Amino acid sequence: MVSGEQTPTQYIQHHLQNWTVGEGFWAVNVDTIFWSVLLGVLFLWSFRRVAKKSSAGVPGKWQCFVEMVVEFVDNSVKESFHGKDKLIAPLALTIFVWIFLMNLMDLVPVDWLPTAAMYTGYWLGFVNDPHDVYFKVVPTTDLNTTFALSLSVFALIIIYSIKYKGIKGFAKEMTFTPFNHWALVPVNFVLESITLLAKPASLALRLFGNLYAGELIFILIAMIGFFQLPAHFAWAVFHILVIVLQAFIFMMLTIVYLSMASSEH
Amino acid sequence: MDINATIIGQSIAFAVFVWFCMKFVWPPIINAIEERQKKIADGLNAGERAQKDLEKAQEDIAEQLKEAKQQAAEIIEQAKKRGAKIVEDETQRGHEEREKIVASGHEEVEAERHRAREELRKQVAVLAVTGAQKIIEREIDENAHRDIVEKLVAEL
Repeated sequence: MVSGEQTPTQYIQHHLQNWTVGEGFWAVNVDTIFWSVLLGVLFLWSFRRVAKKSSAGVPGKWQCFVEMVVEFVDNSVKESFHGKDKLIAPLALTIFVWIFLMNLMDLVPVDWLPTAAMYTGYWLGFVNDPHDVYFKVVPTTDLNTTFALSLSVFALIIIYSIKYKGIKGFAKEMTFTPFNHWALVPVNFVLESITLLAKPASLALRLFGNLYAGELIFILIAMIGFFQLPAHFAWAVFHILVIVLQAFIFMMLTIVYLSMASSEH
Repeated sequence: MDINATIIGQSIAFAVFVWFCMKFVWPPIINAIEERQKKIADGLNAGERAQKDLEKAQEDIAEQLKEAKQQAAEIIEQAKKRGAKIVEDETQRGHEEREKIVASGHEEVEAERHRAREELRKQVAVLAVTGAQKIIEREIDENAHRDIVEKLVAEL
């Protein structure tokens, strides 16, 4: 929906702008936080409902679905992570479901929620011009979200490395692999640091890139007028794959990184 | 799309979600799943065992039935044999009894006949003596001819 006063460029830029409160680094993207927290709470609430009355008896339909998801995650964890750990499985479940739900917001037609927000904001008197309202509904198209996730995982990678190998073991791994020679310690360190840092960077950018691109295409499709409907449908069908796949990849890589961090070479 | 304080908020939210999930969501669900898996496995095992028991019971029943049939056949065989023997014995005894009764009847008849003949003979002798007495009353002395008469009687 391109309104009269907007050029396509303005329309796209408008759609890709977060609702930001504050200035500089301490600014906060309210829309990102709002939707991600809402979806996270939705996830935990709906799963908690099952957890509360879960029993070994005959499960209900929702319980079946939840258990299916849980078992799927549990199997993925068991395949990759050997050893006992109370954190990794719930961590993987949270990552998978939460990212999936955030990605799913991409399927909501791109103008619905922003337009609703625009007029609500104007009507409530927050802004003088409806076009001053920015509202991005897909939290994973915000680098802040993806980096928050990947950096948390990164912190866990380091914690697990130290926990399972000790500080000495971790330092040794950083300096004596892949070339086991004291003269090559600096080279090793550079290589290993890049490897280590590439993990969170690739995690965050992969998710962000996929979803951002998908969102952008939805926006472009939304500009072609009435015939956007079949195009929209086609892209949405394709995008369902991306949504699930990206959530799965993020979860799987987290498990793999943590299992690598906790096992000896 | 700059990096800003949102990242901190998101990290905190993420940490809280993971903590909540680890504390209140994951354990009950996974416990329920594992418990149910165990229950199902137990149930399947129990079913298998019951099946085996049933088969064994059926085999036992067949065995016992066979034995019982055999015993029954033996008993019937014995009973038949005994029955036949009893009938035979009874028949034998009946024959013997009849023979005995018939024999004693014969004897009795014989004795009766003998007695009657003796009686008759005696009477005939008396008659003969009386007749002879009447005929030769006058001339024959009874005492003188007694030996002849007795000889005659003996010959009858």
